[in-house]
This record gives sequence, structure tokens and C-alpha cells, in this order.
Amino acid sequence: MSESDTVGRPGGPGLAGAPRGGAAPDTAPEAPISSTPQGSGGNATEDTKVITRPGDKIFKALTVGSGGFVVLMIALIGIFLLIQAIPSLVDDNANFLFSRDWNADPGVFAFGVLDLLLVTVFSSAFALLIAMPVSLGIALFLTQYAPRRLSKPFAYLVDLLAAVPSIIYGLWGAYVLAPALSPISAWLNDTLGFLPIFAQGSSNLEIGQTIFTAGIVLAVMLLPIITAITREVFDRTPPMQIEGALALGATKWEVVRTTVLPFGRAGYISASMLGLGRALGETIAVMIILSATDKHFSWTLFDGGDTIASKIARAAQEFNDPRGAGAYIAAGLVLFVLTFVVNAFARSIIAGHKEYE
Amino acid sequence: MTAATDLDRPASMPAFQEISPGRRFKNQLATVLVGLAFLAALAPLVWLLVTVLVKGLKYVFSLDWWQKSLAGLTPRQFGGGVYHAIIGTLIEGLVCAVIAVPIAIMVAVYLVEYGKGSRLARAVTFTVDILSGVPSIVAALFVYALWVTTFGLPRSAFAVALALVLLMIPVVVRTTEELLKIVPDELREAAYALGVPKWKTIVKIVIPTALSGIVTGISLAIARVMGETAPVLVLVGYNPFINNDPFEGNMASLPLLMTNERLTTTAAGEARVWGAAVTLILIITVFNLLGSLISRLTSLKTK
Amino acid sequence: MAKRIDVKDLNLFYGKFHAVDGVSLAVPPRNVTAFIGPSGCGKSTVLRSLNRMHEVIPGARAEGKVLLDGEDIYASTVDPVSVRRTIGMVFQRPNPFPTMSIKDNVVAGLRLAGERDKKKLEEVAERALRGANLWAEVKDRLNRPGGGLSGGQQQRLCIARAIAVRPDVLLMDEPCSALDPISTLAIEDLIQELKKDFTIVIVTHNMQQAARVSDQTAFFNLAGVGQPGRLVELDDTEKIFSNPTQKATEDYISGRFG
Repeated sequence: MSESDTVGRPGGPGLAGAPRGGAAPDTAPEAPISSTPQGSGGNATEDTKVITRPGDKIFKALTVGSGGFVVLMIALIGIFLLIQAIPSLVDDNANFLFSRDWNADPGVFAFGVLDLLLVTVFSSAFALLIAMPVSLGIALFLTQYAPRRLSKPFAYLVDLLAAVPSIIYGLWGAYVLAPALSPISAWLNDTLGFLPIFAQGSSNLEIGQTIFTAGIVLAVMLLPIITAITREVFDRTPPMQIEGALALGATKWEVVRTTVLPFGRAGYISASMLGLGRALGETIAVMIILSATDKHFSWTLFDGGDTIASKIARAAQEFNDPRGAGAYIAAGLVLFVLTFVVNAFARSIIAGHKEYE
Repeated sequence: MTAATDLDRPASMPAFQEISPGRRFKNQLATVLVGLAFLAALAPLVWLLVTVLVKGLKYVFSLDWWQKSLAGLTPRQFGGGVYHAIIGTLIEGLVCAVIAVPIAIMVAVYLVEYGKGSRLARAVTFTVDILSGVPSIVAALFVYALWVTTFGLPRSAFAVALALVLLMIPVVVRTTEELLKIVPDELREAAYALGVPKWKTIVKIVIPTALSGIVTGISLAIARVMGETAPVLVLVGYNPFINNDPFEGNMASLPLLMTNERLTTTAAGEARVWGAAVTLILIITVFNLLGSLISRLTSLKTK
Repeated sequence: MAKRIDVKDLNLFYGKFHAVDGVSLAVPPRNVTAFIGPSGCGKSTVLRSLNRMHEVIPGARAEGKVLLDGEDIYASTVDPVSVRRTIGMVFQRPNPFPTMSIKDNVVAGLRLAGERDKKKLEEVAERALRGANLWAEVKDRLNRPGGGLSGGQQQRLCIARAIAVRPDVLLMDEPCSALDPISTLAIEDLIQELKKDFTIVIVTHNMQQAARVSDQTAFFNLAGVGQPGRLVELDDTEKIFSNPTQKATEDYISGRFG
């Protein structure tokens, strides 16, 4: 029987084709297909090559190509933004990095990113300052305190915050939250106004289109992001450690403080950095909430102004000539680099932590 | 020891050691604080959803809302609907998915089945991480620089879809990667041992085993990109009537309609904004439910 | 269809680790050969190298020759995929494809090789299931998922799947280690029947099982701590269990170690 299917396979009669005794078609359609199970590169001795079928070669090439495409994409984003930004930067009548005024009108064409950058970083840092402790509390609540049965549905509720589109956050922030916050802003301004960050700013406190409001909305948007990763890391605290602490007679909080928090710290910080990256790039919610202004940013939470992203979004529909668009693309490049660095940093924090995997 | 305290004490020593008041207080304080933190997340969620529903729900009950556009209506005129924006949102989301999903799945297959430990795989993982952190406005600017400035093509819904592709790929890669990883190696071995080539093993055995989860992930990813506003703001113009051609002309979408009508400071404009917000939330909810429904229907049965 | 296997000076590696050293043995056709030995002695590794499943593990490689009726399966012109179609394998834990029905599981090998003829697939499914002594139990629920069967049934389903592609040789890697005694007995009976058509090599940690089912037995052992595993002795099962030549074999058989 074996003789009958030895046809047509070089050098390997007997092993030849697949099928035996008519149980399968003699020339299986995927005869030209190959298979080299992973790692087979190293099989047999170095000088012998393993046969790989064309089908496997093609498929593998497709997957490698897709992987390469994604890597290329990130490079292309940087390169294209740079190419489009350079001519406008050359034409710029102001110092792009250090000027605090943005005027991309063709006549003036003097734009600097510094003020936008300051507002971006300031509002994101404020948001992070609120979101970090709250997220930590939520993550602890969900992993350590909530009843086991409820922790999943509770976590789902927190995740829902991430499903809400940012434009809806923006509308809620500008039209509902901002007026509701105005008594608090007024009180902070009255009692703590001697501190620069609570000083009177460029925006009307009654209407509340301030960095204060935007920061709080951003903080809410960050909660699900920071919580999700922190929760996952906390969940991986080795039960041995927890039981060890319990056996020493530690209270719940002492268990958390001595086992869960040290174990999850790197993950929590990394998650917070990812959240920061998200806040830096948030566009539409900030654009809707903040009032545009001509005044410079004055380091108070009660300023209006624009972040890089909101500035671009405000101007977007009027992009018509490459030169003007180039100015905003240059700003976008700054944002890209900023988020790239923050995200890369966030990933590098947990890169060495095998116990999180 | 005074008599009073003596009376309070049990006659014999307690069986268990008491926890000192300081420790007990700290413990209770921590419990209260983490509970409050959770409520601090729920409060805005409830507040936000109630706001949107109260302000917008009443407008979406008319049939016109789902069947008509806003063509020909003045800023003060009530009536019309957001059909044009719903169609735009769906077209942009689905065109994006058609491009992004195959690429993302192939990337995940590469990472799990081929690349393990290689230098390219590390680069891909890093890039996917970075890509997932790229702000949507940057993705939009990139497509603008490529599509409009470099190729000289007009703004269109297709350009929007391209920007959304950049946002969707990392999400789908992540989900798919996680799911492929938990497909037991035993199934791959079983297929290899039957003389099934590797690529067929992946396509016919590994991916189908993970499929229900992948579909759920895709459905969630579509829901997410449909709510993105920055790309539509940069890459396509708004118009109040129906346009089904992603390559030609302006196209509305729910987020774009909201940003535009927000500037219509009339009662009718407000109705359109909040009505669209409710509609967007409904569509996102439907896609989320669809995801879990599909996963329930296609999950592996043993009976 | 059954073929003989000759292993000549086979060395197996995981990366730099030398797992198995210089194994040579012969397996005659229509015969059950059992591999026994303490855990970590390389018996499973040798088994997996007989149909080139060894190299599926990243970094694993093989040196030496494995001849199937005189044909070297490690020759550079040989496609590992065709090797595996000729030499089937059953694993320690039953691993039916969870997305497929019972019938689809059985014919998976053929269907994935491109066979579309429904009638032929039905025939093959029935024949293979009968061959695996499973037909009577599942004939009324062929379209149900394979995951719904009991462990022992699942393992017989996997055997049916392996024999459906009509291999020349069937390799079994501790096929009963995850099963209860009754299912184990069913599989052992099945092996006796399968041996009429196939050359069978079975790895087992259960010496009674080796004594019950095999015609010849190979005893593997470690040369020492950190040393590669090697073949100590291969002989008729009866001889190995009653009067082995090597002291190590005798010690192992009599339960003095391992």
C-alpha cells in the first residue's frame, strides 16, 4: 500500500504524500503548503535545512509583513508630521519652542507652542493628581474590599466610564459640571486666592470654563484607565504573601499595606503614566470645556486657554493651505513626541517585572 | 486600675488579643476611603448618564429622528433627524474595521505563533503599546499630512476611517494576542500530529478556538472608534444631509453633528446635540451588547 | 500499511541541553513497543522525535537517523508535515478540537488536507470510530461537540482522529495517564486490536500496562544527574520483566527506584 502513495514526493517515498489508501485525495490541495512548526529553525543540524511549504511561507510572510507594517506606521507618523512641519517652522516668524503666542494667520505667521504646552502639561498633571489616589482606592476596593461576588459587576461599572465618548464628557463638563463647580471655584479663589494656582485667571468663574473644570473631567476619564491596569496587578499579588500577613494577625489595611501595595506599586505607577499620556492627548472634551483666550497662561487653575490638542481641533476645519496646517502639524508633532516619551516610560517601568505576567 | 474599669473587664483574660485602637482606626479609615473612592467613580457615571438621558431622550422617540436628516432645516426649526449622522458613524466605523481587523489579527498571529522572543516581535509589541497611546488628534493629523497634503486628495469619510484604523489596530491586536495565547498548545500539537501544516493549524484550529472572544473584542473596538471626535473634525466636513459615499464629499457623523450643532445656540440646536448624544450612547451600547451576545452564541459548548 | 522503524544513533537536544544520547533501536511492524523509565529519562522525547514533533518545541533539534522502512524521516528532502501524516500520535491528555463536533474531530485530518467528499468523510468517520471502539457510544450524537464526552471517550476520539488519516505508525504518549482504570482498560483492549493494522509505540509510566500491552519493551534511564537520558535495554517484554540483562532495569522493574 505504501508504494502506491509514494508518487511525486522527492526523496521521501513512503513518507510522501499525505493520504493513504484513497482515504484522502492523492494530491491534497495543500500539498504545496508547508509547515515548519515554530522554532524548527534550530531542528536538525545547522547545515540541514527544513523543508517549508510555500503556503506556510506565504502565510508567515503575511504575518511578518503585518508586524513590520505596524512598526513602520509609528515611524511614518513621526516622519510625515516632521516633513509637513518643517516648511512652516522655517517660515515661522516667532520662536516655535519658546514663544507664548500662537498666530498662524498667513499674514502674521508667528506661532510658538510654549503656552499650549504649559496648559497641556498643567491640566494633565492636575487631572493626574486627582485621578491617582482615587484610582488606587477603586482598585483596592475592587480587588480587596468588595464582596467577591460583586467585584466583577462593580469593575464593569468602572469600565463603563471608559466607554463614554469624550465628546459627551465635554458636553457634560461644560454645561453641567462647570456651573455646579462654580461655588467651589469661587470659594477656593476667595480663601486660597493668595496661592498662585487658585488666583483669578482668564476665565469667568461663574461659567467655569476653566482648567479646573477640564482637569476634573480629565480625571474622571482617567479613572477607568488607571484602575483597569492597577486592578489587574493587585489581583496578582501572590496569595502566599497575603496569607502570611494574615497569619501574623495583620488587619486588612495592614495586609494591603505590606503585601498588595508593594507588589503592585510599579504597575500602579505605570498605569498612572499611561493615564497621563491619555490626558495629554485628550482633545474634544478639553476643547469644549476651556474658553479660548488671548491672555497668556498664568499658572492658575482658573485660566482658560488651550492645550495643544484642543488648539489643533479648534482650527481643524479651517485647514486649507499646507503652510497654515503645517503650523498645527508642528504642534501635533510636539504632542506626539510628548505622548511617545510618556508611554515609553510607562512601559519601561513594568518591563522588568516578570511577576506581572 | 480603678474599680470602674475593673468591672468592664471580663473575669478571665480574653481568648484573643485585642487589636489596638490605633490599628483598628486606621483599618476602618482605609475601608471607608476605598469605598468612597469607588463611589467617586460611580457618581460622575450616573450623573453624566442621567444628564444625557434627561436632556436628550425625549427627542429620539420620534420615527423621524431615525429616518430623516437635518437637510433644509433652519437653526430654529425643530424636527428632522440624525439618520445622516448615524449612517456616517456606521460607515466610518465599519470601513475602519474592514481595514484594521485583518491587519491586527495577522499582527497578533505573528506575535503569538511566529515571533516569540525575536527582535522584530519585541519591536512590534513596543510599537503596539506606543500606538495605543497615540492621541486621536495626532492620528488625524498624520492622515491629514498623508492623505490631504501629500496625495492632494480631498477630505472624506474614508480619510477618517484611515485615522480610526490607527486607533483600532492596537486594541484588536491586544485582545487577539491575549486570546491566542490561551489557546492550549495541545490543540496545535494535535493538529501538527495529524499532518496539518502550521498555517492551516492557525487558520482552522487556533483562530476558530479563540474566535468568539476576538469577535467580542472587535465589536468593542468599533464601538470605541465610533465615538472619536478628533479625526472627524480634522478629516471631513459636516453636512446636514445624507451622503453614503465614503470617498466623496462631506459626511456627518454623530460626534461631528454634536460639535457643529453645539454652536447653534437655539433650543433646536440644543435638542439636536443632546438627542445625538443619546443616539451615540445607544449605538455604542448596542455594539457592546452585540459583542457579548455574539460571544455567548459562539462560545464553545460542551453539550 | 504498518511499517518498521529503525532508530540509529539518535541524539536529541533542547537548545544546548543534551536530552537524549545515542539511542538506537528497532520497532518491527504490527507490534507494540513500550517505552518505560523514570520521569525525565527522555522516553517521551524519543517518542516525539519519531514523527518530528520534537522540533515543534522552540530550540529543540535532533541528530541521527530515524528510518521508516529504510527511509530517513530526517533527510533534508523530507517535509515534516508528511512525516506526521504517516506517523500519527496520541497525547497524554485527550485534546479534541473544541470548535468541532465529534464527527468533524474524527475527519479533521482529512478535511484539513482538502478532502471535501461528504460521503467519503462519513465513511471514514464511521470506520475510524469503529476502529477506536467508540462508534456504539457516539453514533447518535455525531454532531455534538467532542468536548462533551467523558475523558476516556475523548481519548478514544483522539485515537479515532489519529487513525482516520490511516497512518503507518501510531505513537502514544502516556495515553492513559489522565484516565480512570475502566477507561484505561478500554484503551488497552483497543491497542491490542489496533496492533493488527498499525505499528505502535507507547510511552507509559505504568509498568503493569507495559507488561499487559506490549510485545517488546525499551527501558530508558538517565546516565546520571544532569546527564542525558539513554536507552538501557530493549528486549521482548516477557524477558524484560522476568529476566533483564541489565541491573538498572531489574532495579527499576522491581521498584527499587523510579
